[in-house]
Formats: sequence, structure tokens, C-alpha cells
Amino acid sequence: MTVSQTSFGSHEPVLDVKNLTVKYIGDTRSTTAVDNVSFSIGAGEVFGLAGESGCGKSTIANSIMRLLKDPANVAAGSISFGGKDVLAMSQDELRRFRWQDVAMVFQSAMNSLNPVLTIGEQVADIFTTHAGYSRKESLRRAAQLLELVRIDPARLKSYPHQLSGGMRQRAVIAMAVALKPSLLILDEPTTALDVVVQQEIMAQIKDLQRELGFSVLFITHDMSLMVELSHRMAVMYGGRIVETAKAHDIYTTPRHPYTQALMGAFPPLTGPRVPLTGLPEGVKFHNIPDLAEVAPGHFVAPFDADAEAGVLEGAAQ
Amino acid sequence: MSHAVHSPARPSVSTQTPALEVHGLGKTFHIGGLFSSQAVRALHRVDLTIGRGEIVALVGESGSGKSTLARCVARLEKPSEGAILLDGIDVLKRDRFQASRTFRSQLQMVFQDPFGSLNAAHRIEHFLRRSLTIHGKGGTGQGSEAQTRRRLEELMTTVGLQADMLDSYPHELSGGQRQRVAIARALAVEPQVILADEPTSMLDVSVRIGVLNLMRKLRDEQGISMLYITHDLASARYLADRTAVMFAGEIVEEGESLDLLANPAHPYTQLLVSAVPDPARAGSYDPVHRARLRQAVMASTACAFEDDPHQRCSSEEPVRHQVGDPRNGHWVRCHLYRPGAGAGGHALATEPLPEPQPAA
Ligand SMILES: Nc1ncnc2c1ncn2[C@@H]1O[C@H](COP(=O)(O)OP(=O)(O)OP(=O)(O)O)[C@@H](O)[C@H]1O
Ligand SMILES: Nc1ncnc2c1ncn2[C@@H]1O[C@H](COP(=O)(O)OP(=O)(O)OP(=O)(O)O)[C@@H](O)[C@H]1O
Ligand SMILES: [Mg+2]
Ligand SMILES: [Mg+2]
Repeated sequence: MTVSQTSFGSHEPVLDVKNLTVKYIGDTRSTTAVDNVSFSIGAGEVFGLAGESGCGKSTIANSIMRLLKDPANVAAGSISFGGKDVLAMSQDELRRFRWQDVAMVFQSAMNSLNPVLTIGEQVADIFTTHAGYSRKESLRRAAQLLELVRIDPARLKSYPHQLSGGMRQRAVIAMAVALKPSLLILDEPTTALDVVVQQEIMAQIKDLQRELGFSVLFITHDMSLMVELSHRMAVMYGGRIVETAKAHDIYTTPRHPYTQALMGAFPPLTGPRVPLTGLPEGVKFHNIPDLAEVAPGHFVAPFDADAEAGVLEGAAQ
Repeated sequence: MSHAVHSPARPSVSTQTPALEVHGLGKTFHIGGLFSSQAVRALHRVDLTIGRGEIVALVGESGSGKSTLARCVARLEKPSEGAILLDGIDVLKRDRFQASRTFRSQLQMVFQDPFGSLNAAHRIEHFLRRSLTIHGKGGTGQGSEAQTRRRLEELMTTVGLQADMLDSYPHELSGGQRQRVAIARALAVEPQVILADEPTSMLDVSVRIGVLNLMRKLRDEQGISMLYITHDLASARYLADRTAVMFAGEIVEEGESLDLLANPAHPYTQLLVSAVPDPARAGSYDPVHRARLRQAVMASTACAFEDDPHQRCSSEEPVRHQVGDPRNGHWVRCHLYRPGAGAGGHALATEPLPEPQPAA
């Protein structure tokens, strides 16, 4: 089931991000949101990206989509998709690249639908605009897609505000898979979904993904879900990747103290209620070094053993 | 710190007026075009009580009416029927047309969508200052500016944000940072009741635990009451005294959180608990088991309490069966009862598509 990392290494990755650095230059606050980050995603691979809130995950996703807006600036690095330099693409190339080659479910999905068009019109529009289908055929396909994400096709006539948060999120997922892109970026796609619907939709995406062989960049804070679905994953902290390996290896043997804190901070579903602390007060990581390979395919940023002791102590209290 | 399991009896022993009571709340939306008569019954006869200093989690299917319930209670949506009592006072009667300032100082809501709920034109500081004003602190006249400034900074640190972000605009914040601003905005008012609609869904687990601990502290130290809407069952269990489960506009089960999640009695609750992601499970869910539960949710022909002489079953009335020890206040709606027609919008029904919906 798990696709080993080496099987991807043998051919050209679909997406290759190298030494990416992105800065937001503000009047009051300048942030290096992404700091010298590299990773690649192979064909048919699901790659998970987890990490602290505000560590730069959405910024990476937006960089790949070339959607960064003004104060943001790619200070260094390269992004290549199928061998093409994404950062050098013209507006014309980008039009095709977005939606057809790469589709994204934004973290703001719930808020990203057009409020004055019905769900049906918006989903159908993708087919009429990008695939050249007739209006009627597009609507038929739109209905099919909504069923895929468990929305009653009768809701094609609803406006976004008439749907629940999770329904809007699902409508956007449907739109993203509509054109069967070769890379699907999901930025926290299921925050508003109950676990039953979440599990079924992710299973559908996984089925589609296996059938069509597309790749997925999957951003989520739900570590269990990430480990279940991803082949490989990376954990970020403060704009840096601190650990990357096969998802299952990170689950069984998290090495970086931040990864360990992430893995150990979800409350259990059985047993007594025990108090948990996230990262203990005052534990912060600074000047995170480059990754080093500690086991085959398992890369970790070297860290200060004292910080690690602090984390473990905090978790055991 | 005492983190012992809260005594299940805690909420019910109090003879005080509950912080919030909802009686027979109903809400029907009309959808489709101008001449269409399609309706969605988002809420139907919902009863819910939150005691003082109590946290109640509301979990349930996407589209089952959780946000609608919170929005009705927050007076952002007009219920079709029912009563809402805040501190014993019927607010629909007191403030007939809109939420009064008193109301807003008593009750605050954290919205589900952090991307849609912060006006893009203002800096973060503006939102928090406004909340302080509702609370009667900060801003105008007597209260010193230095004090207000300190309070603003304190609010930011409480939710794990740096004070220099007060000068930022919402679009400059990540999803989880916005979510924390939304929480800080509600806290600034120091209300008695907070309705939090998935307030931590975009936070990494480490920060999330911090926010949950904060809410717990507010409950224990300041007696704040909270409705905590979430899809994260583990966090409901961690934080909430009681948990209520919603399906198709109605509450189908409720009880002390640990007991409810350990002994889920309604097939929908069982379905939900069985679907919590678990990397240790390896592989996907058991489709046969899933289909059986699904069937039990949508068209049950049997109820676990049928043979109990003390508990009457009914397919028409949503009678409540007591589950286990009465001290846990754990009840489940009779399984024989089926969601009414027009309770539209639930995902389970969309699965094998029963019969086509009547055209509008
Ligand atoms: N337009 C902007 N101007 C200034 N700073 C920004 C801007 N957009 C994002 N940032 C900052 O860049 C950092 C990374 O943001 P990003 O949205 O990539 O985080 P994230 O990892 O997606 O977090 P979350 O999990 O909370 O969504 C944050 O500290 C954020 O405040
Ligand atoms: N303004 C509206 N007009 C019409 N229908 C609405 C409106 N608001 C909500 N609904 C419908 O009411 C039902 C309940 O929606 P609600 O937003 O309360 O669900 P929810 O439980 O919060 O779901 P989620 O977990 O996905 O956020 C849904 O079927 C939704 O489509
Ligand atoms: Mg983000
Ligand atoms: Mg909702």
C-alpha cells in the first residue's frame, strides 16, 4: 500500500521545490514566512505538510500556484512542475496551469465561492470554461460531482450562504477535482467536516488519485488523518522543515522534539482525562539548521538536546 | 491544579438559573428560486441547557444545523419557533427585533469561518478595541489609554499571538492566527456565555491544547459557560462537561462527555465514533459495518430499549431513553423515530440516492 520513497526517486518528480524563501515585506512587520525549504512530490504520491500555525504552509501552497500578492516576494529558490519553471510562467501559461494542471482547495474555501452565483453555476462554469462542454452537459457533470462529495444535487440551485460551512468546503473540493489535475493541493480541506463525511470524501479522493495517478499536496493539522493518507510528509516550524520521512516512520518514530510534541498533543478518545500541554512554555526553536539524514529516507534538522529534554519533561508532567 | 474528571453530577445539582436554555427551537429555510417551495428544516424542536460554568460540546454531521443553532441563539438568525432564555430571561421577548447591547455584553459568538468574519478594512487592534468598548472598558474617557493598551497586548498573548500583530490587517494573518483573533475578540467582552463555532479547527494540536486549556481555565475561574461546536471528538471529550450529538436538525443523544463517547447509544453517534481517524487502524474502514450503521441511522426498525418495560418506544415522538447510570444524564432518542421529511441536507441520505427529489 505504501509507496516507498525510492520508487519516486527513480523518475522526474511532478513537483520540485528547491530552496524556496518567501518574505512578506511590511511597513511595520517583515516576515520570512518560508525559509529555504526544499521538497519534491512524485507522480501519484500524496505528500503531507504539517506544522505550527503560521509556519508558512499556505504561503508555500500559494507560491506553487503563483498566487502570492504584493508584499510577498519569492526571495530565493525555484519551483518546477513537470520540468517547467513555475516562477517563469507567463500569464497565458498560468491560465492553463491553474485548474488544469494544478488545482487547489484554499484554506479559505468556505469563503471563496462567489456569493451571487449558485453552486451549480459555479461548478458548471469550470466545465464550460475549461473543458468546453455544453451548458447542459456541464450541469449534469456538476450534479455528479456534488454527489461525490455527498451533497444532494437538489442543492445545485443553492447560493453559497444557504449551505453550511462544511457543504461549502465540499463544493470547493468538488470543483478542484473537476478537471482531474495532475497535482491537487488541499490546504486544510476538511476542517468543517464531520469525521464520517471526511473519511468518505478522502477515501473517494484516494480512489480517484489511484485511478488517475495524480499527486496530492495535503496540508492539515489533523496528524492522524495525515498519517493515514500520506505516503511521505514534512513537518514545518517557523518557516523551516524540521523533519521529513515516510508518514508512517514519522508516526512511529518522530525524531524532532517539535514533531514529538505534535504527535503527543492530541487528547485520547479513551481512558481518563489527563491534562496536556502543547509545547511547554518557553520552548522555541531558533536558527533551525539544514536537514540531515538520520535513517534511510528520514531527514531531521539537528536540534539542541536540552530543548528536547524540556519538551519531553513538559509532556510527562 | 485539579484536573480530575469533573463529577458528572456537577451541572444538575445546581438550583441556579442555567446560563442558557433553548426550548423547542425550530428553524426552516426556504431555498431555491423565488417561486420554489423547497424548504430545509435546519432545526426541529431543539432543547438544550447550559449551566453556569459549564461547557457543552455540540458535535454532529456537517449540515445538521449546529451553526444555525448558534446563530439563532446569537440573534443573527430569527428562529421559526421556540424560546431562548439567557440567564432566565426570554431574549426573543425582551429584545424583540435585534440583539441589544446588554445582550452582546452577555453573549459572544466565535464564527466558524475566520476568513469571512473579520472585516478586511480594519487592523486587528480595531476588533479588540471594539470588544473592550462593548464590555465598557477601554477607549473613551476615564479608562487610561495605557491600561487599554496593556489589555490589548494581554489578550493577544493569551491566545498565543505576538502583540505586534495588533497592527496587522486580517489578510496578513494565517488561518490559525485569524482564528485566534476571533477568540480574543470574544474574550475581550468578558461575556457570561460564549458560542464557539469550531474555534480551533485551524490550529496545530500544540496551540490547540493551549486554547482548550485557556477555555477550561475561564470556565473554572470565571464561571464562563460555553457552547463548543466541533468536529474533533477528542477535544470535545477533553474540554466539555457534556456533549450533545446533532443529526438532521435534531439532537439525538446527549450525556456526560466521557460516558457518551465510551458508550455511544445512537447509531449515528456510533458511526461518528467509528470514523475518528486512527493511524493505528491501517487501511480503510469496514464497509459492511459502515453500511449496517448507516441503515440503522436512516431507517431503523429496532430500538435497543424495546424490551425495557420502563421506557416506551415511539416512531412518531422523539422520546428519550435513559442510558446507563442516571447521574451521567445520558439519554438517546428512540431509534425508531426517523427524521421527518424535509429535514434535507444530510450527507448520509446522499449515499445510494434513494428516490429523486421532487423537482422544484
Ligand atoms: N500578506 C501578508 N503580509 C504579512 N505577513 C503575512 C502575510 N500573509 C501571511 N503572513 C505571515 O506569514 C506567516 C506564514 O503564514 P501562512 O499563512 O503561510 O501560515 P500557515 O502555515 O498556513 O498557518 P495556518 O496553519 O495558521 O494557516 C504568518 O506568520 C503570517 O502572519
Ligand atoms: N441562510 C440559509 N438559507 C438556506 N438554508 C440554510 C441557510 N443557512 C443554513 N441553511 C441550511 O441549513 C442546514 C444546516 O446548516 P448549518 O450551517 O447549521 O449546519 P452545520 O451543522 O453548522 O454544518 P457544518 O458542520 O458543515 O458547518 C443546511 O442544510 C444548510 O444548507
Ligand atoms: Mg494556512
Ligand atoms: Mg457550521
